[in-house]
Amino acid sequence: MAKITFDGIEVEVPDGTTILNAARKIGGGVVPPAMCYYTPLKGSGGKCRACLVRVAAGSTKDPRPMPKLVASCITPVQDGMVVENTTSQQVLDVRKGIVEMLLINHPLDCPVCDQAGECDLQNFAFEHGVSTTRYEEERRTFEKIDIGPYIQLHMTRCILCYRCVYTADQLTDARVHGVLGRGDASEIGTYIENTISNDFSGNVIDVCPVGALTDKTFRFKQRVWFTKPVNAHRECSHEKCNGHVTLWYKGKDVLRVTARKDEYGEVKEWICNECRFEKKETADWIIEGPAHIDRSSVIAQNHYELPVINPQVIADLPESTVRELEKNPPLKLGGPNGTSF
Amino acid sequence: MGRKLLTEHVNVEGIETFAVYRKHGGYRAVEKALKMTPEEVVEEVKKSGLRGRGGAGFPTGLKWSFLAKPEGVPRYLVCNADESEPGTFKDRYLMAKLPHLLIEGMIAGSYALGARTSYIYIRGELLYVLRILEKAIAEAYAAGFLGENIQGSGYSLDLHVHPGGGAYICGEETALLESLEGKRGNPRNKPPFPAVQGLYARPTVVNNVESIATVVPILNMGGDEYAKIGVGKSTGTKLFSACGHLNKPGIYELELGVPVEEFIYSDEYCGGIWKGRELKAVVAGGSSVPILPKELILKTAAGEPRLMTYESLSDGGFVTGTMLGSGGFIAMDETTCIVKNTWNFSRFYHHESCGQCSPCREGTGWLEKVLHRLEHGHGSMHDIDLIVSVAKQIEGNTICPLGEAAAWPVAAAVRHFRDEFEWHVTHPKEATQPGAVYRGNLVLA
Amino acid sequence: MEPTTPTAKPAFSPAAQAEIKRLLTHYPDERKKSTLLPVLHIAQAEFGGWVSPEVQDLVAETLGLAPIEVYEVSTFYTMFNLKPVGKHVLEICRTGPCMLRGSDELTAHLERITGAKVGQTSPDGHFTLKEVECLAACGFAPVVQVREKYYESLDTEENVQAMLSELKGLVHRPILPWEGNLPNSLQNN
Repeated sequence: MAKITFDGIEVEVPDGTTILNAARKIGGGVVPPAMCYYTPLKGSGGKCRACLVRVAAGSTKDPRPMPKLVASCITPVQDGMVVENTTSQQVLDVRKGIVEMLLINHPLDCPVCDQAGECDLQNFAFEHGVSTTRYEEERRTFEKIDIGPYIQLHMTRCILCYRCVYTADQLTDARVHGVLGRGDASEIGTYIENTISNDFSGNVIDVCPVGALTDKTFRFKQRVWFTKPVNAHRECSHEKCNGHVTLWYKGKDVLRVTARKDEYGEVKEWICNECRFEKKETADWIIEGPAHIDRSSVIAQNHYELPVINPQVIADLPESTVRELEKNPPLKLGGPNGTSF
Repeated sequence: MGRKLLTEHVNVEGIETFAVYRKHGGYRAVEKALKMTPEEVVEEVKKSGLRGRGGAGFPTGLKWSFLAKPEGVPRYLVCNADESEPGTFKDRYLMAKLPHLLIEGMIAGSYALGARTSYIYIRGELLYVLRILEKAIAEAYAAGFLGENIQGSGYSLDLHVHPGGGAYICGEETALLESLEGKRGNPRNKPPFPAVQGLYARPTVVNNVESIATVVPILNMGGDEYAKIGVGKSTGTKLFSACGHLNKPGIYELELGVPVEEFIYSDEYCGGIWKGRELKAVVAGGSSVPILPKELILKTAAGEPRLMTYESLSDGGFVTGTMLGSGGFIAMDETTCIVKNTWNFSRFYHHESCGQCSPCREGTGWLEKVLHRLEHGHGSMHDIDLIVSVAKQIEGNTICPLGEAAAWPVAAAVRHFRDEFEWHVTHPKEATQPGAVYRGNLVLA
Repeated sequence: MEPTTPTAKPAFSPAAQAEIKRLLTHYPDERKKSTLLPVLHIAQAEFGGWVSPEVQDLVAETLGLAPIEVYEVSTFYTMFNLKPVGKHVLEICRTGPCMLRGSDELTAHLERITGAKVGQTSPDGHFTLKEVECLAACGFAPVVQVREKYYESLDTEENVQAMLSELKGLVHRPILPWEGNLPNSLQNN
């Protein structure tokens, strides 16, 4: 086990845990944002630089600070490490810069984008960015492409997180899409016109942090915040899919089906294309009840609040630290149901 | 005239062949190394004080000693011959003229590191050099210096040359390894470092061509003797690629410590600025290091003569100094437009960004576009601050050092030549005349 | 010779196949993908100076890779031409040190002489102009690379004409880049 101090809060995690996952154990507003890292996807992370943090002390053995900010999603903790995220002005400034970089070529077409309301980039910009832009040049644009009957690729919105590439690599037997080109001319594509037709291809929609890969069966149907998520399951004949999903209702209609996600927007169990695209009747499903959206986002019907800190971590802190945090909170402290702590 | 340790025999007829190279003392270093333990070879390199000649200047012996050596796991020595830092062309020269020097260094280095297979990753554009190397390697195999049981020592080594495909980024060691594995040249996140997980996830050392070649004279003369050459921590000799507006551009092997002024103006070296013109600025260590105006490249801020050493060139930090880098020495005469040159470098880094991480992918393009505007007379004063700010947002926040390489030239150009940028804003008409250059109040057309 | 657009499924010549077999011995058995860049170079030399999707599929098949793995790589590295090219591709270095010694003027001059703009092929099919970044020949600027030959110090009309007439007298023969005994792939007629 390794004990680290993250934004003044001590937490103990198994050796080899990344700084980001140690922060996620604490929970709440101290958790660095992640636009490319995705726990279920091996190899993901390190690219977007949204989660950069300052390591003020490397370890007990070598307490020197690290010379540069590090990507918390891929940097493992060391015992005695001291990390600054929300408590470092440098980190917050750099993060603003990252928001700006990610937005300069992003179309900002949120009003017509199906991802709006549950978009990682929207949330990231809202929480960490500035509201003006200094970019005056022409933005990079691409034609929209239909990759198969269910998925549309809108490359203009892509932030090149590579998540969909890892998904195809790790979930399907033959990846047909990838990252083509180089630099800011890189794009997700199949090179020659090709259809992504694997049974699990629909999962690329769920992992996409922005509206670059969207569900054609849900296209322009409804803003996500006007739909009601309900957990449901069915007996799925596909051996790798256990049919645990979230149905998104408008009135009595199932408008779309997605995998269930955790508070960091990460899919808990992958689902097959049949469950996702072809089962749009309530009768197809055994309803479990309303889905709780853990995530802070406009999807939570305008209750846009910072998530709360893990009460178990708070319980282990010395009282003086808790009082200090309450007085000068870098984050919102809370109890199990989000009540003020 | 200083000592030449690498290029002493470069003009000998047929030196690219095994027989002639051998006759001039070639492969003695390998014979010597094979009689030592690998640790002793590493120790000699450590004692020599050799610093990586690719650009970062990290001590080679120290790098070698970091290599993980788990039992039963192959390890690799990979030579970085992806020379593509603008202003740098020494490795191409060394490999084409003295292929056996590199091969000899590769054998000695591989032996020191316990590698049984080693690779030379050469940039794809240098196909003709690849052929020269392949031919030389075949000769070395035939002479029993490569393959099974080299010279009866019991040590075996295979050496292969591998071409790139056209990507500056593959000079970054982890991008190079990705490329050698047949992938896109995307630099890896670190840790793990190559010393622990490099080629095929095996412990790997990646060294520049010149660094590896230098192991040969180090072993021949001994690390201590080698360390006596040069000044302070800048030991030995180094190849400098001189280019730009010089009378005699080319490759020069210098004992570290030659004054910059002598290097530029002496007939022994670059022979002064061409066409009888004045020197305006120098980029001393490849395009990524900060540009310095004449006054600061010839003398430090304290008025000391600047020397061709790691320490002297970086004297003053980035405020008044620069870096030795790869030794790519680009001289610019008084007719050079610094704005245009900065835009050109910016375009290079934009073109060469792998696109993997957001600050570099987006930031390099942004810099190029704003600099293009400034150069073409459409910029504003605000743009000058903007490029400095964008450069700062890239620097230090990327996966690999290409971010810094893209940011430093821009920041330094504005730092030292801000008035020239401002002139482009205030005098767009004059500034966009062909060949127009700002020289104080004087416009040279 | 017009650039060939393969209609039938392309196949490597026996010499190329032998060369690929040799290259495969350079890497561990489970690391066949390592040969991708050298094999793409061979493919480009074999099939008219560019790699069509069909040729890239052949490379994938030869090395047991998914086609996308080849596309990802061929589009990353600038040496691979993804569209048909003329008999000779003039790769003009445009980076700083070459620019300082007249690469802009050289490019404009070559555009005038050949009748092709950068990115285009001349009407006679002889020359494709391509701007590239630093070729590591900065001391001999400005520089043009044509296949594996470097033409240096092209700041005089004489040197430019010498390059062009040498190229015009040459017949393009697809010779493997890896045949070590040949000085270059541009053989005199």
